Amino acid sequence: MIRVSFLSNLINGISLGSVYAIIALGYTMVYGIAKMLNFAHGDVIMIGAYISFCVTQYLGLPAWVSVLASMLVCTLLGMTIERLAYKPLRSAPSLAVLITAIGMSYFLQNIAQLIWSANPKSFTSVVAFEPLRLFGGKLIITDEAIVTVLVCVVIMICLTLFTEKTKMGKAMRAVSEDKGAAQLMGINVNMTISVTFAIGSALAAIAGVLLCSSYPALMPTTGSMPGIKAFTAAVFGGIGSIPGAMLGGILLGIIEILGKSYISTELGDAIVFAILIILLLVKPTGLLGKKVNEKV
Amino acid sequence: MSEKKQTTMVPYPSHAIVPERDVHKRPVLEARHLGIEFGGLKAVDDFNLIIGATEIAGLIGPNGAGKTTIFNLITKVYQPTMGTILLDGRDTTGLNTIQVNKLGIARTFQNIRLFDKLSVEDNVKIGLHNQMKYSAGTGVLRLPGYWKQEKKMHEKALDLLSIFDMQDLADHEAGSLPYGAQRRLEIVRALATNPKLLLLDEPAAGMNPAETAELMENIVKIRDTFQIAIMLIEHDMKLVMGICEGIAVLNYGRIIAKGTPSEIQNNPTVVEAYLGKKKEG
Repeated sequence: MIRVSFLSNLINGISLGSVYAIIALGYTMVYGIAKMLNFAHGDVIMIGAYISFCVTQYLGLPAWVSVLASMLVCTLLGMTIERLAYKPLRSAPSLAVLITAIGMSYFLQNIAQLIWSANPKSFTSVVAFEPLRLFGGKLIITDEAIVTVLVCVVIMICLTLFTEKTKMGKAMRAVSEDKGAAQLMGINVNMTISVTFAIGSALAAIAGVLLCSSYPALMPTTGSMPGIKAFTAAVFGGIGSIPGAMLGGILLGIIEILGKSYISTELGDAIVFAILIILLLVKPTGLLGKKVNEKV
Repeated sequence: MSEKKQTTMVPYPSHAIVPERDVHKRPVLEARHLGIEFGGLKAVDDFNLIIGATEIAGLIGPNGAGKTTIFNLITKVYQPTMGTILLDGRDTTGLNTIQVNKLGIARTFQNIRLFDKLSVEDNVKIGLHNQMKYSAGTGVLRLPGYWKQEKKMHEKALDLLSIFDMQDLADHEAGSLPYGAQRRLEIVRALATNPKLLLLDEPAAGMNPAETAELMENIVKIRDTFQIAIMLIEHDMKLVMGICEGIAVLNYGRIIAKGTPSEIQNNPTVVEAYLGKKKEG
């Protein structure tokens, strides 16, 4: 019996971790290429979930349409945020960009509050098929968990192919190493950064929909805690590293759920951050982060 | 070697000089009264230079004379505060780095700036970036257009690497290459952008005499094969005097002499400002 409940917790952890991983990818890609922490990323998730909610509730369209619509809106939103708020600060000190990102985060939360009010909305899950029952019904794997993990795997494969094999992906890696040299080789750095924001935000939309499918209370602050956890996951795995974000996200999800189940529900989040602090003391670059040699 | 490579230089159009074979071709670069100020300090002032379509030109001068600044002006890393640059007859005023790269300017760097974590082949492919034509979707879904383009670009990259016999290193990480190979890879990456004018910033820095001799041969070979102009900044006088057809000497941001290697070597101003210092040192 204990084993089955452990398995069930583990699966929940992997599922939650997959959502963190998808969000963390947005943080890590933007950091890798634009060298900035986009703290508004968590709130793009929330906007994505609201869009999906509106499309299904008010327009009555099918769930898959709502996911596509939310990806489209978030992509445009991400690119607009970059264009209006971050691009003018490209050569400003990084602290200015960081403050702008935090400001943007509150701006999005308040906009959401104006449009949709602060009352939680009840999000209807976008996946609706029978949960998987194993061990004679003792272990139930929810349909949301299955879809979340599958989506996460597909995203990982696509992103790896994209960055390793396509010319835009290679351009991104080149820009992340040396913006100036890339530009002198004819690479459009501004467009590359814009594409990075577009991809990150589309992923945020998917994460938002998946997150709210499993945890249905949707309100303007829905994105902030998962956003911070995913940022933690990105740092945990080594910020700037795509596999690192995946690994960090999934580990964080597992730690959080297991901590909540076996140690203390109230201390779940504290355990997550305590482990981050310990890891960073031992390995400051994160699990898969590479040591950066500063040139003198 | 230097005797063999000497070309007769003729005045063109008025006070400039280009190799005889380039006289009837449009010069690849024409700098007119080029200058830049940094907070009142004139880093480059009244810089006038014409480079022939297939010329190997040298830019020399003491440290801090403004040589790399000239490269940064030509590649639009800096926008000139005075004067204009014509590339292949086209005014580049107001253009940005990417646009002048597409017009045919490529460069290497004094301190090597390769994409260390990318493979040697991928570094070259970054240079080929603007010649690759397929969308990101085609790339992720592995459609036939992707394979066709990739195959073509793979062959082109290996072709370019073979100039320096580097095709066997294609899969290595660029950062893991020995120093000399990294310098060569930078030249290949620049060549991949299909330039009309290749700017080399101290290509022989850190090379031993044997490597430098090989580099000299290769620079001439690149010019002959691709029929492009090459402009180089270099402190190794054996290299400059050996392969450059026209030389400009820069001191305190101003050109103090222009001419063929023998003219430069015998120019008293140059000897005083530049070579003279060397003798004393």
